[in-house]
Amino acid sequence: MKTPQFKELEGRSPQFFILMIVLAAIAAVGIYSAFLMHHEGHIITGMTNRIVWGTPHVFAVFLIVAASGALNVASIASVFGRKIYKPLSPLSMVLSLTILVGGLMILILDLGRPEHLIDVPLTQFFYNSMPSRWSQSVFGWNMILYTGFMGIVLVYLWFTLERRFNKYTKAAGLFAFVWRLALTTGTGLIFGFLVARPGYDAAMLAPMFIVLSFAYGLAFFCLMLIPAYSWSGRELGDAIVNRMKTLLGIFVAAGLYFVFTFYIAKAYSADAAQGVISFLLFGDNNYSTAFWFGQVLLGGIVPIALTLLPWFKSRGALIIASIAVILGGLSQMYVTIIGTQAYPMPLFPGKVVESVTNDGGIAPYSASIYEILLGLGGIAVAILLAVFAMNVLRILPASLADKDTDPHHTAS
Amino acid sequence: MSKDNFNKYRRQFLTAATAVAGVTIAPGVILNQVHAKPVNQPVSSANRWGLLIDANKCATGCNDCVTACHTENGVTGYGRPATDSQWIRKVKLTDKQTGHVQTIPMMCQHCEKPPCVDVCPTNASMKREDGVVLVDKHACIGCRYCMMACPYHARSFVHEKTTDQKYPRGKGTVESCTLCVHRIDDPNGAKDPACVDACNASGHKAMWFGDLKDPNSEISKRLKKYGGEEIRADLGLNTGVRYQNLS
Repeated sequence: MKTPQFKELEGRSPQFFILMIVLAAIAAVGIYSAFLMHHEGHIITGMTNRIVWGTPHVFAVFLIVAASGALNVASIASVFGRKIYKPLSPLSMVLSLTILVGGLMILILDLGRPEHLIDVPLTQFFYNSMPSRWSQSVFGWNMILYTGFMGIVLVYLWFTLERRFNKYTKAAGLFAFVWRLALTTGTGLIFGFLVARPGYDAAMLAPMFIVLSFAYGLAFFCLMLIPAYSWSGRELGDAIVNRMKTLLGIFVAAGLYFVFTFYIAKAYSADAAQGVISFLLFGDNNYSTAFWFGQVLLGGIVPIALTLLPWFKSRGALIIASIAVILGGLSQMYVTIIGTQAYPMPLFPGKVVESVTNDGGIAPYSASIYEILLGLGGIAVAILLAVFAMNVLRILPASLADKDTDPHHTAS
Repeated sequence: MSKDNFNKYRRQFLTAATAVAGVTIAPGVILNQVHAKPVNQPVSSANRWGLLIDANKCATGCNDCVTACHTENGVTGYGRPATDSQWIRKVKLTDKQTGHVQTIPMMCQHCEKPPCVDVCPTNASMKREDGVVLVDKHACIGCRYCMMACPYHARSFVHEKTTDQKYPRGKGTVESCTLCVHRIDDPNGAKDPACVDACNASGHKAMWFGDLKDPNSEISKRLKKYGGEEIRADLGLNTGVRYQNLS
């Protein structure tokens, strides 16, 4: 196993420019959609006073969860000492940063008054710093967790790329690993702490989001790594690809287990959660379709089969599995975020509740094009920044051939 | 003028001056007995404002409280109930077992421990010392986390541009019932919120407003005598809005 040589992507081919232009165009259209949402108001979205978080949040929360998962590869190398993943660490860190930027961009642009964010440092970092005023807002904590994550991963990246500081990489990696667990815990608890809504209100959402993040992040990572090597003509050996493939399958299976346990526990409880769970899982609606066909079949069973069964050996299988994991992840967020809101809250047990705001009924929702474009814009920004980073920074090893990466490789 | 006479005139003058001052101040003082706060003093935790609603007296089909609230506060809509602001709404409840029908007004329940305040990342969602839960529109970023956390669907997001504003409202921010805080804070203002006035004017008299901490207030006396329940009492939020005869 050699010391890897890192090299920028050349980025001079017409295909590279076309890719960058297409990504930039999608990002620009997404940002323009957000501008229209601010100009006209959220009335041009599908969101209402009942479905207060819509499609932008599906994309944003998915990306934020995937961002922490994208750091896995680096963590496996520096925290758990698996040397084969070490050459991939810088890409893993960069990707975790760019995916987080994409997710946060959607979240911020969806705000009703993003310009009021100027107050946040004052409230979260200064006013609320007094112990008597410590914020109880999970969003407030997350603002610190997200910005902190960016700072920590940047330092981690710096220590990894700058040879003089390599000795600190392990410590930085451990700190970043603990921080990313806190970050995804915070993201899960945005929902877990909503005690008024029986469909959420569970501490288990935090570990569930962490396990889901492993799969979402690794899928995103594979979808960046394999094309980057294939399109730039660099060698990517089977040793590393097969390891990631198996790992993805295990992560997806673990995620399914958590999802199964979450829903079975909710369904078993004798309280109001039963109603919302049977609505989400067995109702005649888009959410149960998204759950069974999107989250379970496409996001679970298909990638498990493609990654763990011995018949699918091609690299294409990993690509398809990764795409399926991402589509399954978006379905999961759609069910978790929008589906759970659509079901009425248990205000008056034993009563039929009617009002002008449809208190007792299922809240209708259909995403508007502006929401979808904003979400796709966030994904485009994440990819665009990552490709740009590969183009200007030495974060990709010149070769990931088996002889260069696999400590157990023997020339045949 | 002898010294005695001087003192006599001085006493008379002071008595007269006190009387004039008293007559001048008295109306304000009397009104302040309701609001218990001169305008130049901060709100105090000595008060806790609340509402009591008698579900038996609330008339089916009557929407006067809603109309009055939205007129008073300049809450105009576009005929789109899913996205228009609803500071107060009438809810019809039909018992699944007995078929018994009741209607009640629902609005911000002004919780002692408001989940909306807990989750707000910018402290825009806040509870005053006197228990009134409000949104500071200048600090609200429009994230709608408070709407996710509120168990009562009491909050609305301003989805479209606002017209005919009377009090600060803004597209992209969240808003809800203020208990007509402008009336509470105005010593010369009306005694009750607009919804209560409208309910009384309609003759139904199903709503009472007052200080829950004052044992002699009408609302406290009624609550003591007849009791009053919270909606979603299981959450332990200790709401400032209570309901009677909800069955």
